[in-house]
Amino acid sequence: MKHKTFFWFMLPTCIAMVLFIAIPIVSIFVQSLFIEHQKPTIEIEICDPFGCKKEVGVDIEAYAALNEEQPLGRFNGLETYIDRNHLAFKELYEGWSNSKNFREFSSTFFNLPFYKALTFTLTYTLFVTPFVICLGFILALSINALTLKIKGPTIFATILPMIVTPLMGSLVLFWMIDAEGIIGSTIQDLFNDPYLSLKASTTLTWITLITYGIWHHAPFAFIVFYAALQTVPQEPIEAAIIDGADRIQRIRYVVIPHLLPVAVFIALISMMDNIRVFEPILGFSAEASAQSFSWLIYNDLRNIEVMNFGSAAATSILTIIMVGILLTPVLIKTWREFGETR
Amino acid sequence: MKMLSKITLTATLMFLLGQTTYAACGNTSGSINILANDFPALRTYTATAKDCAGAGADFKVNHTSEHSNLAMAALSANPAEYSARIGANSSIVPLMNEGLIRPMDDLVAKHGKGLQKSQLITIDGKVMAVAFMANTQHLYYREDILNELGIPVPKTYEEVVAAAEKMRSSGKLLNPYAAAYKAGWNLGEEFVNMFLGHGGEFFKPGSAKPNINNAKGIATLKMLKKLAGYSNPDFLTHDSEAIKVEWESGKVGLMTLWASRSGTLLDDEGDPGITAATKLAAPATVGGGSIPAATLWWDGFTLATNRSDKDAEDSFKVLVHAATSKKMANDAADQAVWLVEGFTPGPKSVGVLAAAKMGAKPYPMLPHMSLMHGALGTEIVDFLQGKESAQQALADVEAAYIGKAKEKGFL
Repeated sequence: MKHKTFFWFMLPTCIAMVLFIAIPIVSIFVQSLFIEHQKPTIEIEICDPFGCKKEVGVDIEAYAALNEEQPLGRFNGLETYIDRNHLAFKELYEGWSNSKNFREFSSTFFNLPFYKALTFTLTYTLFVTPFVICLGFILALSINALTLKIKGPTIFATILPMIVTPLMGSLVLFWMIDAEGIIGSTIQDLFNDPYLSLKASTTLTWITLITYGIWHHAPFAFIVFYAALQTVPQEPIEAAIIDGADRIQRIRYVVIPHLLPVAVFIALISMMDNIRVFEPILGFSAEASAQSFSWLIYNDLRNIEVMNFGSAAATSILTIIMVGILLTPVLIKTWREFGETR
Repeated sequence: MKMLSKITLTATLMFLLGQTTYAACGNTSGSINILANDFPALRTYTATAKDCAGAGADFKVNHTSEHSNLAMAALSANPAEYSARIGANSSIVPLMNEGLIRPMDDLVAKHGKGLQKSQLITIDGKVMAVAFMANTQHLYYREDILNELGIPVPKTYEEVVAAAEKMRSSGKLLNPYAAAYKAGWNLGEEFVNMFLGHGGEFFKPGSAKPNINNAKGIATLKMLKKLAGYSNPDFLTHDSEAIKVEWESGKVGLMTLWASRSGTLLDDEGDPGITAATKLAAPATVGGGSIPAATLWWDGFTLATNRSDKDAEDSFKVLVHAATSKKMANDAADQAVWLVEGFTPGPKSVGVLAAAKMGAKPYPMLPHMSLMHGALGTEIVDFLQGKESAQQALADVEAAYIGKAKEKGFL
C-alpha cells in the first residue's frame, strides 16, 4: 500500500483515537495530580423539622473565590497515588517494619483497598483467561464435528451467554444462588448445612464470580476458534490420517499449531476484558468479598453526592499501567512472531 | 418531642376547626423535571404534584434509587438536567456547597402560603429545601411468634438479641432477625444508627477529624455483629427490598426497616396471616442509652440553580401544592409520616413518632458526613465477616475517611 493511501485510510481512526482515548487519558492524569482546595469552614445554623442546630459548614463564597482563582484545585503531585487508598507505600512500609512474620505483614497487605482489589483482579484474570481459551477450544472442536442440521441451533445456544447483558446474566444467577434461591437451597440440602451460603463466604463468592466469568466469556473464544477452524487446511489433516494419526494426534500436531496465533489473540482480548471486571461484582452484590480496580473507581464516585474524582482518576491510571504490565509478555510474543513471519 | 407535639397540635386544631383549606393549585406551564428516590410515598407525592401541573406543562419525573449518585452531575450541567430534586438530610449540604441549589425565600413568600414553618429547611436563615415527610428506621415484629414464645416486644437491641436467640433455639425460625446490611450505603446507615444510639459523635467537635475509633465504636460494631449472627447468612447482600421479601416469606420474626416501607408490608399482597401479625414498634435503644439507635430523616425538595427562574417557579408551585396537600396526606396516610399541615398520623406512623418522642437524632447534615458514611459501608465488612478485629476495622474506616476527606479539602 502506498504511504499516502495508508495515511488517508488510517486518518479517521487516528483522529478518533486521539479524541476519545488519548485526550481523556491525559485529562484523567492531570486530574489525578490535583486535590480540592482546603474548604474554609464557618459555623452555620441549620433548621429542619426536628429543630435547629449549629453545625460546621463550608464558607461557600470564600470557597467559590478559591475555585475561581485555581479551578483545578491544589497541586498534589503523586501524593494521591501513594496515599492509603491507593499504593499505600507508607502503610506498607510501616506494616513491614512492625510485623514479626510474613503472616502479619500479609494481613496488613490484604487490608489495604488497592491490594485487596489487585489480588481479586489478578486471581480473576488468571483463572478466567485460560479456562475461557480451553473451554472455547473444546466447544469449537465439538461443534465443528456436528452434522450440519443441528450445527446452527447449537451455535446459537452456545453464544447465548455472550448475548445476555452481563448485568442481567449475573442478576439471574445471583437470585438463583441466594440462600432462598433454587441453586442456593439445593446446595444447602446437599451438604445438609442450613448456614451454608455461596454469597457469605469470600472463597465461594470468588469461585462464583470466576465461574460466571468463564460462562460469560467462553462463547467469545468459541466463536473465534470456530471461525479459525474453518481455515484449517484439509491436506495436512488427510496426510495425517493416511499416516495413521488418530483424532487426538491430529488436533495436537495439526490443528493446535495452526490455531496458536488465534489463541494468543483471544488471550490478549480476554485478559484486557477480565482486568476490567466490574458488572458481575455489582450483579452479585459481591462488593463485600470481591473488589476489582473498576469497582474501586466506581466506589470513589459514589459517596452519596460527593465524588472523589482525583482518587478515581489515580486508580484509572494505575489500572492502565496494570493492563500494560500484564499484557507485555503477550505483546512481546506477538511482536516476535510478527518479526519472524517477515 | 417537638415534632410529635407539633403534629398533635395541628391534628387537634384541625379537629376543632373542622375545616379543610386546599392550597390553590399553580396550574403551571413550562418544563418541570424532577429527580427523586423510589419508594411509594415519593411516587404519591410526585403524582400529586403532577395533577397540579397544567396540560401545557412538560412534567417529567425520574424515580430511581440511584438518585443521590446522579444528582451532583445532573445539577452541575448548565442548564441542569432537573429543575428540582427530591432529597433528604444527607443530600442538601453537598449540593449547596457547590452552589447547585438555590435559596427559595422569595418563592416561599410568593407561593408558599400553606407551608408550615417546620417544613422549611433553613441554612443560615435561607430556605434551601422544603420538607414534606419524615422517615426513620424502626422495629417490626411478628406478634403471633412473640406471643407464642412469650416474648415481650423488645425495647432495646439487647432484648432483640435475646428474643432472636429464643426464636432460634425454639426451632421456630432459623434466622429470626433482618436488617438492611448490604455492604455500602445500607451497612453504613446501620452503623450510623447504632453509633448514635450509643451516644457517639462522628467527628471531633468543630472539625472534620474522625472520632469513631473508641469504646462506643467498638460497642457499635459488636452489636451489629451479634445481630448479623441471627440474620440470613447472605446479610451483606441484602438491602431493604430483599429483607422485605424475606419478611413476607415468613422467615423473619424481628426486623429493623424504614418506616416508609411499612405500606408495602401491610398491603393486601402476600400471605394475609403474616400481614395481620406484622406489627410496628418504636426503634430500639442500645447499650443502656435513652435515645433510640435510629436517625430521623426528612424528605424534601430543592431547586436547581442552573435552571431558568421560570422553571424554578413552575416547579416550586407544583411541588408546594403537593407539600401542602391535606388530601394527599390523609389519602396516603399509611405511606409516610407527612409533615403536611392537617395530617392525622395513623397507626403506621408509630415508629417515626416514637423515634421523635424518644429524642432520636436527625441524620447529621455535615458536608463531610457522606465521606464517613461511604468509608463505613466498605471498611467494616471485614469485621462482620470475622476477618479482623473491631479496632482494626475502625482504624481502617478512619484511614479511608481521612484519605477521601483530604482530597475533598475537608482536612
